Amino acid sequence: MKIAVCVKQVPDSWAEKKMADGLLDRANVDAVLNDLDEYAIEEALRIVEANSPTKEAGEASGHTITLISMGPERATEAIRKALSMGADEAIHICDDQLAGSDALATSLVLAKVISDGAFDLVICGTESTDARMSVIPAMLAERLSWAQLTFAGTVSVDPSMKKVSIARSTEFGIENMEANFPAVISVIEKINEPRYPSFKGIMAAKKKTITTKNLGDINIAPELVGSKAAWSKVKDATLRPARSAGVKVEDAGEGGRKLVEFLVEKRAI
Amino acid sequence: MSEVLILVDAVDGKVAKSTGELATYAKSIGKVNAVLFDASLVSQLGAYAIDNVIICGGIDITKFSSAPVVQTLTQLVSSKSPTAVLITSSSRGKEIAGRLAVATDSGIITDATSIDADLVATQVIFGGSTTVRSAVAHGTAIVTLRSNSIEPLGASGTPTTEEFTPTITDSAKLGIVTSSQPVVKGGRPELTEASIVVSGGRGTNGDFKAVEEFADVLGAAVGASRAATDAGWYPHTHQVGQTGKTVSPQLYVACGISGAIQHRAGMQTSKMIVVINKDPEAPIFELADYGVVGDLFNVLPQATAAITARKA
Ligand SMILES: Cc1cc2nc3c(=O)[nH]c(=O)nc-3n(C[C@H](O)[C@H](O)[C@H](O)COP(=O)(O)OP(=O)(O)OC[C@H]3O[C@@H](n4cnc5c(N)ncnc54)[C@H](O)[C@@H]3O)c2cc1C
Ligand SMILES: Nc1ncnc2c1ncn2[C@@H]1O[C@H](COP(=O)(O)O)[C@@H](O)[C@H]1O
Repeated sequence: MKIAVCVKQVPDSWAEKKMADGLLDRANVDAVLNDLDEYAIEEALRIVEANSPTKEAGEASGHTITLISMGPERATEAIRKALSMGADEAIHICDDQLAGSDALATSLVLAKVISDGAFDLVICGTESTDARMSVIPAMLAERLSWAQLTFAGTVSVDPSMKKVSIARSTEFGIENMEANFPAVISVIEKINEPRYPSFKGIMAAKKKTITTKNLGDINIAPELVGSKAAWSKVKDATLRPARSAGVKVEDAGEGGRKLVEFLVEKRAI
Repeated sequence: MSEVLILVDAVDGKVAKSTGELATYAKSIGKVNAVLFDASLVSQLGAYAIDNVIICGGIDITKFSSAPVVQTLTQLVSSKSPTAVLITSSSRGKEIAGRLAVATDSGIITDATSIDADLVATQVIFGGSTTVRSAVAHGTAIVTLRSNSIEPLGASGTPTTEEFTPTITDSAKLGIVTSSQPVVKGGRPELTEASIVVSGGRGTNGDFKAVEEFADVLGAAVGASRAATDAGWYPHTHQVGQTGKTVSPQLYVACGISGAIQHRAGMQTSKMIVVINKDPEAPIFELADYGVVGDLFNVLPQATAAITARKA
């Protein structure tokens, strides 16, 4: 099997975020591997492990895990971390003209790299913690005309039959779904517990190949991507007034009744 | 007059209130066309500001991924040339919108809290700290709207109906639903629609009785932190937060929840926030309009009793 995992470097969700010229100011915040993508990497590793005759030999299994990431130069930090978890190699699409790309452009680029790579499965996180749109996996399925198996709480793969099934877990309940390869999968954070990179993994990651590609390498015209091609335009951004400090009371036996008095006074109930 | 498509949201044979909210926004833009896949629900649409119902036949959308819905909407976009397509911001709604944007070469805005007559959409980002107004600059405006953001307008008359049979290709039938277990609905309101939400976290220690009783006396929905859903104390479908639901009720009551950033992401825009927590240093107090430092097992039953007494 050839599995691709889409990973993104995002601003640390604990860091304060600001806008610069209508876009998220990415240069001035700490960046990390999108934590929801760790579940996607972990699931890919588990699929390979479950379908490898010998546990140790990742290479001998005939399965490969390729990370695909679109982002600025320093996204390599996040890619190395993902490699240290155990993925085999990475493709990093990096080009100044990609700055400010929206989800449509991002999915265009990722879909091109995926279709060039002849993968069986693509695994994504459900959401990037910065964009929080949760649309890239579905857009990839649309662009590639592949099966869309998103919001997976469990995944099982039968490589000999080239079949994959998932339990899709959303606010509407659980749906069991299946499809033939190739398919786009996204996984929710309940699916597994991502491993910590081992020392051995970190050392090995330094030697793994990260292939950097620019727009010319993947044959995408620059006018289709970047902030100029973004099809939704921010008109203005305003800081919302900070929440004014509220009342804080110690419960000295009357806490419940006082709470109700407050709610009644504010006509909240 | 410009045409607007809204996608009817239905759960368990009931048209969701969010459909009425979409209709209300759509009404300010143009003629409201509701796209419906289950003809038996057409009479329920009479309650909202809908001008025309497009009943789509020939496909059971519950058997597949969202691809057939996307194909249908794509065909309707090309035949009706709407200025906007409005969809509810659920996980499914956002996927449909994303694919539709690709299929129709259009811009997309997700998680909007409103859209005005000039198609300018408002979003609240960065954990509630910033309001952004944006507009789609290419193709049809495809916008997903958070539920519970507007009071639905009532009907303006009986909607007309038309039938439509989409052409669904095999490529849209690649992801097949083999079986499903819908959410078991209790008597409580739906989380994203409720005007009051009472949530419990690790501080409940697995006992949600006090939380549920307080919720019931207020007619509220019950939510949970991830710590509580991971422990199996409450179903995942009730999780509030980054990887759960986003709620924006009039009143949010957080009980035994510390206020991790991922939890805040799902409740920060609530109009009023009340906190009950033993630890005066818990970060959730930063958001509280009213915070009680105390044990939820003492505070909640007393509050429940006080409300019951007021009602009597
Ligand atoms: C990728 C990712 C996604 C996540 N998504 C979500 C999400 O969608 N939603 C979410 O909620 N979390 C999410 N989390 C988890 C989040 O980081 C926190 O771990 C979680 O919210 C903690 O839940 P909690 O507040 O209930 O528990 P804790 O942080 O353990 O807090 C429990 C609180 O209860 C108080 N307490 C204890 N006993 C009592 C008592 N008797 N009376 C009153 N107070 C009491 C304590 O003082 C404490 O403040 C996510 C994490 C990750 C990494
Ligand atoms: N720039 C990117 N490079 C690689 N993968 C991405 C990128 N953006 C989004 N993804 C993938 O798409 C998922 C959903 O992201 P989003 O739609 O942005 O919320 C993420 O969890 C990633 O797996």
